[in-house]
Amino acid sequence: MARGPALTPPPLSDRPEIEPPPLAPGAMAHSKPYVAQPAHNEALGYPGERVDDWQAKAIQALGELVDSSRALKVYLDSCVKCGSCADKCHYFLGTGDPNNMPVARQDLVRRVYRRHFTPAGKLAPGLVGAADLTEGLLEEWYSYFHQCSQCRRCSVFCPYGIDTAEISMAAREVMDRIGLGQKYCNEILGKVHKVGNNLGLPEPALADTLEGLEEDIEEETGQAVKLPLDVAGADVLLITPSADFFAEPHVDGLIGYAKVFHQLGLSWTLSSHASEAANFAMFIGSRDQMAKVAQRIHQAARDLGVKRLVFGECGHAWRVAYSFLTKLAGPWDFLDPRWPVPQHILEVTNAAIETGGIRLDPEGNAGKVVTFHDSCNVARASRMGEGPGGQFTLPRAVIQASVPRFVDMADGTIHDRTFCCGGGGGLLTDDLMELRMKGALPRVNALNHVVETQGVTHMAAICAICKTQFAKVLPLYGLDMEMVQSVHGLVSQAIRLGAAPD
Amino acid sequence: MFAPGPVFAVLYYATALILVGGLGARLLGWGRTPVPLPIPTTPAPMTRGGVVLRMAREVTLFESLWRSQKALWLFAMLFHVGLLLVSLRHLRYLLPEGTLGPLWELVVLVQPFGIYGGMAMAVGLLGLLGRRLMLPRVKAISRGSDFLMLGLLIAIGASGLAMKFAVHTDIVAVKAFFLGLVTFDWQPLPADPLLLGHLLLVALLMAVFPFSKLLHAPGVFFSPGRNQVDRRAFPAAQGRG
Repeated sequence: MARGPALTPPPLSDRPEIEPPPLAPGAMAHSKPYVAQPAHNEALGYPGERVDDWQAKAIQALGELVDSSRALKVYLDSCVKCGSCADKCHYFLGTGDPNNMPVARQDLVRRVYRRHFTPAGKLAPGLVGAADLTEGLLEEWYSYFHQCSQCRRCSVFCPYGIDTAEISMAAREVMDRIGLGQKYCNEILGKVHKVGNNLGLPEPALADTLEGLEEDIEEETGQAVKLPLDVAGADVLLITPSADFFAEPHVDGLIGYAKVFHQLGLSWTLSSHASEAANFAMFIGSRDQMAKVAQRIHQAARDLGVKRLVFGECGHAWRVAYSFLTKLAGPWDFLDPRWPVPQHILEVTNAAIETGGIRLDPEGNAGKVVTFHDSCNVARASRMGEGPGGQFTLPRAVIQASVPRFVDMADGTIHDRTFCCGGGGGLLTDDLMELRMKGALPRVNALNHVVETQGVTHMAAICAICKTQFAKVLPLYGLDMEMVQSVHGLVSQAIRLGAAPD
Repeated sequence: MFAPGPVFAVLYYATALILVGGLGARLLGWGRTPVPLPIPTTPAPMTRGGVVLRMAREVTLFESLWRSQKALWLFAMLFHVGLLLVSLRHLRYLLPEGTLGPLWELVVLVQPFGIYGGMAMAVGLLGLLGRRLMLPRVKAISRGSDFLMLGLLIAIGASGLAMKFAVHTDIVAVKAFFLGLVTFDWQPLPADPLLLGHLLLVALLMAVFPFSKLLHAPGVFFSPGRNQVDRRAFPAAQGRG
C-alpha cells in the first residue's frame, strides 16, 4: 500500500517561504495509510470491517456528528470558497494536489452534507457541488482526510475561522463508524486502553527503562537525579508522551524535566497507568475515545494522591490537556487549588528560571545556534503562561536561557503561522512516508534558510511527533537528523545541578 | 398596461417571509447545536470583552483575510463597504421621512457616498469574479453557484447604477410603493424594465440568502474558533470565579 515514487524530496527554495506550486490534480490520490484490521476497530467499539449498508450508516453518522457540533455545522454552512486558505496547507505546498487545498478537502465532506442535509443540495446538487457518498468519494475521503494533520493553519487565515481539522476529525469518525478505520491510530489507541501507552510498554519495562536512565544521569553528572514511577503521595504527577522514554531526541527532554524537578527539590512521579500524554483519539475525532484515554490520567492522579498535574513536551497532548481535560475527565478539585490544571513543563521551568530556582549556563550548549519550531497544536490551540501568546514566548525564553545564540525562522512560518512538521494528526506512520516528506517541505525550507543565512545548527521542538518526524525527514532533505532537539534536552545540557540557588 | 405593483407586493412579502423564516430557522439550528469542546483559534482573548473586540475586528476589518491575501482583502473590502453604503442610501426608500429622529440626518448625509459605494461594489465584485476566472486555485474550487452569486450581485449593482446614471425611474413612486408595503397600503410601482429587473434580482437574493453561502455573514458570529474565550481546563483558584 505504501506505493509512490522513491523518496525524492521536492526542491527547496532560496526564499524562506515556499511559493504555491502549480496544480497537480490527483498527484496524491495514491497516498493511503494501511486500513485497520478488524481487531483494531473492534477494540475501540467500531465495526471490524466495512458494514454492508455503509452508505446509509455513513450519512446517518454524519448527520449525528453535525447535530452534535456547532463548529462542524457552521463550518459546513459558511464557506464562500474565497480561496484564502488555498495556499496555506503544508501538504498542498508540498504536493500541489488540489484536494490538499483546505477548502477542497472540506468540500469532500461538504458535498455529502449538502446533498443530504441542505435544501439547495437536495434540489440542485449540480449547481452547489452536492454529491452522494459513492465508493469513489469514500476512497477520496480515506486518502485525503489522511493528508490533513489537523494543524489548524488554514483556520488562522479563514475570514470565518473555518477549521478543517474539525471536518477532518468528523470524516475519520464517520469512516470508523462504518468499519473503515486507520490502522496506525486505532491500533495505538487499543494499546493505550490495554497497557496505558502508545508503545504498549508495560510497567516492568518502563520501570527498567527509568532505572537505566537514572544510572546514565548519575554516571554523567555525579548527581542522583531520580525518575520516580508510581510513587504514591508525590506532589507532582508528570504525564509525558511515551516516546520520551527512549526515542531520540525525546529522552533528552525527559532527562531535562527530571533535572529541573531535582534541582527544584520537587517530589514528583510518573504513572504506569497513565504512562502516555498523547491522545490519538483526537485525531480520529472520537470524544468517547478521547475521554476514555484522558480518564486514565484522572484515575492515576487520584490513585497516587498527587497535588499537581504537569505535562511533558507533546503538542496535541497539550491541546487535549489544556483545553479539554475538564470536559473529558474532570473535575480536578481534589488537586491543590493553587496550581492551574494542567501545567506545562515549560511553565514550571520558565518560572524556575525567573525565580532563580534553577540556573542555566548556555556554555552547556556551546557552539549551538538554535531555532525553534512552534508546534501546531500548542501554537494555534492552546496557551502557556499568563497571557495570550505565552505559548510563543515561554519556549523561546527557556531556549534563550539555555543556549548561546537563538534565531527565529521567517515571520510567516512561526507563531500562529507556524507550519506543521508534516507528521501530526495521526499521520506519523511509515506507510505515509511520501506524504510526510512532502508535507515537511515548508518547515524544512524555512529551517534551511536560517541554516544558510544565520548559521543555525539546531532546531528545538516541544512535541514528540514533531521530533520523530524531523529526525526521519530532515535527512531526506540533506539535513542532519541530530539537528532536532528537545527544548528540555537543551535545558538538560545547560542546567547547573547542585549549584545553590540564590 | 401591465401593473407590476400587486405582483411585486406579493413577491416581496413572500421573499421577506423566506428570508426571515429561513434565516431564523438556520440561526436557531446553529444556536441549538451544542459546542462540546472549547476550540478557539489561539492566541485568543481570555475575556468576553476581548472576544467582542476580536469579532469586531474580524467583521469590520476582515483581519484574518488581511493576514492572508491583500488583493482578496481589497476586493472583499471594496464590495462589502460599498454594499454597506448602498444599503444605507436605500434606507430612504424604506423609511418615511424623518423616522429615525436625528439619525435621519445620517441617511441624508450618506446619499452621495451611496453612489461611490455602488461603484466600489461593482469594482470589488468584478475583482472577485476576475480572481475566480483567472487564478487556477480559486477556479478549481469554484462551482456554478459561486459564479451565479457573483453574477446576481453584479446584475443588481449594474441595474442600480444604470438607474442612477442612465435611465432614471420615478423614485418618489418607488418610495411610495415600499412604504405602502410596510403599512399594508399598497401603491402602484412604475413599470420600468430596469427597475423591475433590479427589484426582481434583489428579491431573488433575499430568497436564496438562507440557503446559500451568504450564510457566511451570520456564520462568522457563530464560529467557535473565533467566538470562544481562551481558558485553561481548570485554572488556579484565583482564576476560578
